[in-house]
Amino acid sequence: MTGGAVSWRFVKVWRRNLWTYRRIWKVSFLTPLLEPLFFVAAFGLGLSGFIGEVPYGGRHFDYPTFIAPGLVATAMMNNAFFETTYASFVRMYYQKTFDGMLATPLSLEEIMIGEIVWAATKSMAAACLMSGVLAVLGFVTPWSIVAIVPTAFLGGVAFGAVGLWITGLTPHIEMFNLPIFLVVTPMFLFSGTFFPVSTLPAWAGAAARAFPLYHLVELCRRMQIGAGEYPAWGSAAYLIGFAALFTICAVRAMKRRLIR
Amino acid sequence: MDPVVHVTKLVKRFRDVTAVDDISFAVQRGEFFGLLGPNGAGKSTTIRVLYGFSPPSAGTVRIFGLDIRTHWRTIKARIGVCHQENTLDPDLTVEENLWVFAGYFGLSRAVAKERASELLDFFALSHKRAAKVADLSGGMARRLILARALINRPELLILDEPTTGLDPQSRHLLWDKLQSLRADGITVLLTTHYMEEAARLCDRLLIIDHGKILVEGAPEALIARHAGAHVLEIGGPSPDLLAYVRTSGLSHDDLGDRLILYVPEGSPLTETLRTRFCMERCTWRRSTLEDVFLRLTGRELRE
Repeated sequence: MTGGAVSWRFVKVWRRNLWTYRRIWKVSFLTPLLEPLFFVAAFGLGLSGFIGEVPYGGRHFDYPTFIAPGLVATAMMNNAFFETTYASFVRMYYQKTFDGMLATPLSLEEIMIGEIVWAATKSMAAACLMSGVLAVLGFVTPWSIVAIVPTAFLGGVAFGAVGLWITGLTPHIEMFNLPIFLVVTPMFLFSGTFFPVSTLPAWAGAAARAFPLYHLVELCRRMQIGAGEYPAWGSAAYLIGFAALFTICAVRAMKRRLIR
Repeated sequence: MDPVVHVTKLVKRFRDVTAVDDISFAVQRGEFFGLLGPNGAGKSTTIRVLYGFSPPSAGTVRIFGLDIRTHWRTIKARIGVCHQENTLDPDLTVEENLWVFAGYFGLSRAVAKERASELLDFFALSHKRAAKVADLSGGMARRLILARALINRPELLILDEPTTGLDPQSRHLLWDKLQSLRADGITVLLTTHYMEEAARLCDRLLIIDHGKILVEGAPEALIARHAGAHVLEIGGPSPDLLAYVRTSGLSHDDLGDRLILYVPEGSPLTETLRTRFCMERCTWRRSTLEDVFLRLTGRELRE
């Protein structure tokens, strides 16, 4: 009944989220500003003495420079994924926001796309802020504050969509711990964020390359330190396919859940 | 002219349960129409199909002459829905709730602000315009939900238990407001558990149970047909009385420790009943819609 209906109206859902976000933005902007400082301080000052230079994509980088784009990519993932899991679940289950919207000319597809695009917007804002801090510290090129935007949008849609799909399936808010513990945390550690995947044994490297975060980290390094080990078009194609697939899955899961 | 709501042979199934089983009815422009029934009778399910939330399993639903399956967007733009649960946005203030909702209907910012301020005046909420929704009382939240449902100037207003859980003051205020909307020619479809509410607001109503229509008609006509004009409730009825009632052919319900008699207007038995049997533990009152409801749907608990 709400099928086959996607129009510009998803912007209304996006705007509703922006509206509510204005109340808390000051607090939530602190994370992307401070997080890179903490990581760079811990790893840059603490670890880099032991590690020395990292060989990556045919060049050598000092350790904080190597991990900086990985941190930006992780922030894109976290901002989108936590938005469409915990925050969307609260809107769907506790606040009945989607039920209210479904009594208006909005379609279910538009509501879900609005949620995902909003999640991607948060990814873009976090990525730009973090890149700004990292550029001031000299770890990434300054122009990458702008150049990172399309990558952040793509990564945000990919992780926002997969998060919303999980929200459509999860029976209870506590259950989000499971995918986070089983998928998000291992992905954060093994997607080439902290070490080049090319240094792993072949089987482990192949596994890492299956993770969407690996490809997002790759794209961020291309943009921010001008090096990479996987073809950029390949990573972009992977993420576009991943985003499209899980957007469809999210809409289907939500339809099954909400339309009775 | 097409009826505003035209439901034909509607069926709604969930897996192995048939919640709505072959229901047909029509609501004319300007009518206040009620859907009554015990919990689980199929009221809310019917209403959810009508406002395009759940797809019908069989049958057709036409609103403003348009099929809900194909023209849902046009239809939804012209109706207002007041949910049973509170679907207000707790992160927004009272007036922001109205502005944001107006946006879903594609209204411009200027129109949204103007209508929001009119509606807040109308529902006596102007003094709370900047308050958080969480700080509103139950009655105020209900009024805000109703105000929000009117932001698109709907031709049809669908209310799912609009006054459940409200105190009498709030309920009466809401009834007054709904009555004053009548003058604008709005059509209202509502569900309720309060028979007084249905009798007061509805021009016509349906009583449904187990997904099927039991009766349809104007409240007074239904009362006259199914519960007479007067109800006589007698505690601990004597065998003498029971014998008299059986031979007289009066419609009655024997609840064991209590006998309920439904006496039509101008019945020749009135005098005898009053003088011979209505002594102690006896109440004599006007019949109400509640009598009709209980007679038709039974007295046993549903949940």
